[in-house]
Amino acid sequence: MDRIWAEVLRPAQLTGAGRPIFHPNEIECQLVDGVEMQLETVPNAPSFRNVVVILTTHRIVCVDENSKNAGAIALGAVCRVFPPKKTLKSMFVASRMRIQLWTKNGSVADGANSATESAIVLVMIFRGQTSSDSFISKLGEVIEAKAWEADIKNVRVVAQQSIAGGPAGNSHSVRGPADQLGSVPLVRKLNPAMAGVSGILRKEKEQLDEADKNLQEAFSDLNALMSKAKEMVSLAERMRIKLLAAPSQQMSAADDEEMGKQEMQDWLLSVGIVSPVTKESAGALYHQQLARQLADFVKVPLQKSGGMLAMVDVYCLFNRARGTELISPEDLLQACTIWASIDVPVAMRRFDSGVVVIQSKSHNDEEVSMRLEILVKQPDAMRQGISATDAARALGLAPALAKEHLLAAEMRGQLCRDDGADGLRFFLNILVQVDITKAFQ
Amino acid sequence: MDQFKMPYFYNYPPYFTLQPVKDTRDKQVQLWKELILKYCKNYKIFIINLDEEFPLFVNSSIERKLSHEARELFLGALVTEGKAEWLDKGHRKCLILWRTITDWANLILHFVKENGFEDGVMTLDEIRTGDETRGTDIAGIDRTVLIKALRVLEQRGKAAMFKGTSADDEGVKFSA
Repeated sequence: MDRIWAEVLRPAQLTGAGRPIFHPNEIECQLVDGVEMQLETVPNAPSFRNVVVILTTHRIVCVDENSKNAGAIALGAVCRVFPPKKTLKSMFVASRMRIQLWTKNGSVADGANSATESAIVLVMIFRGQTSSDSFISKLGEVIEAKAWEADIKNVRVVAQQSIAGGPAGNSHSVRGPADQLGSVPLVRKLNPAMAGVSGILRKEKEQLDEADKNLQEAFSDLNALMSKAKEMVSLAERMRIKLLAAPSQQMSAADDEEMGKQEMQDWLLSVGIVSPVTKESAGALYHQQLARQLADFVKVPLQKSGGMLAMVDVYCLFNRARGTELISPEDLLQACTIWASIDVPVAMRRFDSGVVVIQSKSHNDEEVSMRLEILVKQPDAMRQGISATDAARALGLAPALAKEHLLAAEMRGQLCRDDGADGLRFFLNILVQVDITKAFQ
Repeated sequence: MDQFKMPYFYNYPPYFTLQPVKDTRDKQVQLWKELILKYCKNYKIFIINLDEEFPLFVNSSIERKLSHEARELFLGALVTEGKAEWLDKGHRKCLILWRTITDWANLILHFVKENGFEDGVMTLDEIRTGDETRGTDIAGIDRTVLIKALRVLEQRGKAAMFKGTSADDEGVKFSA
């Protein structure tokens, strides 16, 4: 990115797979590729070419996917938008949209106030495959919605609550925007209704009521559920934190209950992609963006399962995390196929038997092969061999995957099989090591 | 006849399952070929009948036995190598040549010379079970193998076979 652009755009962070990292509560709305950005107000400024522009409820994020550079414009800084003129000419040339930004002392400001002036004009030229129309109309909507202002208010409310002695509530909304709000005047107000044990109890009850209301509203119809998805995620997060805190208070709880809690926590954790990539928002870029989001998502489950997951499991986990924006198996396969052409740390792999899995690139068969070798060299295994189930237990994998590893090891000549009365079992391949000149004596 | 000592891998279950991977299977076939020849030589077995149980192909201590497919494959491999011959088109009976026909012919010739039968006459049964051959390697030779070996000697002009009235008195005249 050229220096001038580094001044205009705020730095934006990307995930390992090249997707922007969103702020809490930020939701992506529209994607458009092949955009050229120019600065109209700075003469001879170099343009920022071929970027993917992601419109969110809070920002316009510009990502150069080749160099993994990214920058963002806070929507609060947008002063005016000049949509492209609809003329006959616009049918034949790339459409251009001009955006005027608020500035303060020559640099881009956070939002409008008395000290700001409007000086910088950005030009976005849409040269890509995706149409600019939906982007422009969506931009109008999000600027109208002013989601970032709601966030700021939220933070104020939370800050006041914590002073009044209430629980911190939605802890992650405090991060980020709060840092910039150090100067917000906080009124220390002692509310008698909130004081004492009865106050805490009342507070608890209010929270329960609210959670109840959320649940009821959410399930009243599917549309409502979609719009409530974000609140559901934060509710899940709150419940998880609560569960996490609970065991320390009730050490006497039965063991199986503990197990249940652990399980519950895992479930709640897996409900979690706040801003899923959708066909509506990404359009033609859908599969590519989905591929990147999936790559980021599978990192944690992959680690837990020893570097390899069956495609079926990934499909289930991913859709559970997406909540309402489910994807089809076809889309998942397409997204995985795209991995080969973009720089991500995971890969799809098809075994000879046709089983398809996702594995991290750092995962290597040598390690599995070493563990299998140790397994089959145990005295019991030398006598009776190991089944796919035994291998699955020892490697912490699904039996189907363990079997693939066994078959792969057999192909390498490391193992050999016994197809006896007990089903298919695998043994260390001592046959290939036999010295035929010494074997018969 | 000494008890045959089985190689250690005879008790390894995979030895009895036909291996699907080529390298492993090649080695397995090689080990079986060797074992069949050594075993038959030890017990002077000349014919393996696939329709009957053959003790080598069943290991009751680990409850494994060779499948029919595997038996035919291993014997077939011996046939390709010239160390066995199918006796029928259906591949049910297999003649195991743990000594080649030429070696048998040479062995008979050696016996003839050692024992002064250079111009003698013997019946086939005498050679197989007679007093003269008792204690030598020739004793107990299979009839089919013997005839094949004598034909080799005939071709070299060292023997002439003749037929009697019945199968019992088929004979051979040596002219070594």
